[in-house]
Amino acid sequence: MNLKSLSPAGPNGWVMVITLVALVLVPPYTVLANEPFFLDLVMRAVILSIAAVSLNLVLGYGGMISFGHAAYLGIGAYCVGIPGYYGIYDGVFQLLLVVAVCGVFALVTGLVCLRTRGVYFIMITLAFAQMVFYAMVSLDEYGGDDGLVIYERSRFPLGGAIGDSITLYYVCLAVLVATLLLVHRIVNSRFGLVIRGTAGNDARLQSLGLPTFRYRLICYVIAGIMCGIAGWLLGNFTLFISPEMMNWIRSGELIFMVVLGGAGSLFGPVLGTGAFITLEEFLSGFTVYWQLYFGIFLVLVVLFGRGGLHGFIEWLFRRRS
Amino acid sequence: MDGALILVQLLNGIQLGVLLFLVAAGLTLVFGIMDFVNLAHGALYMIGAFFCAWLTLNLDSFVVAILISLPGVFIVGYVVELLVIRHLYHRNHLDQVLATFGLILVFDTIVHLVWGPAGLTFTLPDAVNGRINLFGITEFPVYRLLIIAAGLLVALGLYLVIGRTRIGMLVRAGASNRVMVGALGVDINKLFRYVFATGAMLAGFGGMIIAPITEARIGMGSDILLIAFVVIIIGGIGSIRGAFIASLIVGLIDTMGRSFLDDLMKLVINETAAETAAPAISAMLVYILMAAILYFRPQGLFPPKVR
Repeated sequence: MNLKSLSPAGPNGWVMVITLVALVLVPPYTVLANEPFFLDLVMRAVILSIAAVSLNLVLGYGGMISFGHAAYLGIGAYCVGIPGYYGIYDGVFQLLLVVAVCGVFALVTGLVCLRTRGVYFIMITLAFAQMVFYAMVSLDEYGGDDGLVIYERSRFPLGGAIGDSITLYYVCLAVLVATLLLVHRIVNSRFGLVIRGTAGNDARLQSLGLPTFRYRLICYVIAGIMCGIAGWLLGNFTLFISPEMMNWIRSGELIFMVVLGGAGSLFGPVLGTGAFITLEEFLSGFTVYWQLYFGIFLVLVVLFGRGGLHGFIEWLFRRRS
Repeated sequence: MDGALILVQLLNGIQLGVLLFLVAAGLTLVFGIMDFVNLAHGALYMIGAFFCAWLTLNLDSFVVAILISLPGVFIVGYVVELLVIRHLYHRNHLDQVLATFGLILVFDTIVHLVWGPAGLTFTLPDAVNGRINLFGITEFPVYRLLIIAAGLLVALGLYLVIGRTRIGMLVRAGASNRVMVGALGVDINKLFRYVFATGAMLAGFGGMIIAPITEARIGMGSDILLIAFVVIIIGGIGSIRGAFIASLIVGLIDTMGRSFLDDLMKLVINETAAETAAPAISAMLVYILMAAILYFRPQGLFPPKVR
């Protein structure tokens, strides 16, 4: 099923190809139509898609409901901001920092979190994210509550700086495609099979002699690093970071993006993020009280929408044929 | 660090603990009996505060406002259970988290719509607005002592109702095996609807009594909700006694940490490092406690005996 979803055979495969092609064509469109704001909107969606795809790896495939994923977005963004505060804009250094900090954070917290199950797991991931949130709120040196302005985008030794928005956009898109490929490879490997198995019946895999804890921990670390890179892009995009970025509300929104698109499907989270951003943009342009409709929509999606957009597309095409 | 300050902060910690207990009590019952994660529980605390503040401003009587708000929040809880919550019991935790997350957005916006973005403030009646002398050492606001007394009374009441009455027996039975209770002919869904509404009312009561001190504002529910979750996880999900003890522990640790941690750390490390690190660490303290307890005792300190 997942091999098919990458080749454009299934309806969702086609949706992915069409969406990605459309995303490639967005910058020429915004230049021609002179709508730079639209590029910003799509770029935000692409960056958050990367975060959602990484969350989906643990949540959708691994059944680990992490309620603290926004922490990695924040850590990634601070890995641009804090070196920038000391005048270091070297992209390679920043990315190494993202991998190191997010990796270590995911490893250490994962060692504690993955010992627990169910609601306890949800709450302890939330608790760790809140710790990072409060730590950054209290660190006045790096702006505290008010956040930190980033004056320059990351520079690379060969390619130079990511100067204009269009370059940054294509970097984001490339990272998104790379993330999708990587997740596809992971979930279809033997490793991924174990991860998906633990979501269904962990005890059974353990009795088969598999050290599932280690598998899940590695999966958790990979997802954290991926999301950290999304955060690095987010920092480069907004050129401003504040603890607000890793508020628990953000973690909740990321979960919603994954579920809206279809948890446990490769491209679903991207669709979910797109739908989320579109809806947010549409509703907030239409009324100040948009969150009311947004909240009601969320409740309705949970009550009646099974399988998210991914499931909806499959249902639509299965009915036709 | 003088004795007077320690005494004042001790009482402040207990007051925070009592408030946390009012929110955590409903949360832990709902969690324990129906295995339901309710993120929107904090919203009911906020609704209670707004009801009470608005009525006080209009009726000019804090006591009357509380008496009207209590059934008001009960009804809100009842209706929410009827409309949304009861459809979610058989769903997985992910769906419950998401749907109640949506409810938070709905409640926050409704409050924004009705009472505006600014929040509501009102002053206490003169009778309780003074300070009282404590053992000749220091002074303490009378109203905060009243909050502690009210919270302890509610805790005692809950303890008696759950431990000594028929309804309490059904609640305890439901917490240990709800299928069995249903099979014995008890309408478990109806029982749960009342438990949910009562929990809502308790959280609302917490909001009402704190409103004169902090003002009623949007987002106050989410702040306390997260700590209330910490409380019920430390105390053991489903246990009222655990929730009570954990509330006091968390309230005291949070308050004491915020006021004395920098002084304590200055004894060990140098002054500037302590001043930078202390606020960050004291804000994280309760979460660190929760992580440590989950690591060593994943079921909490006082889990209900039968699961």
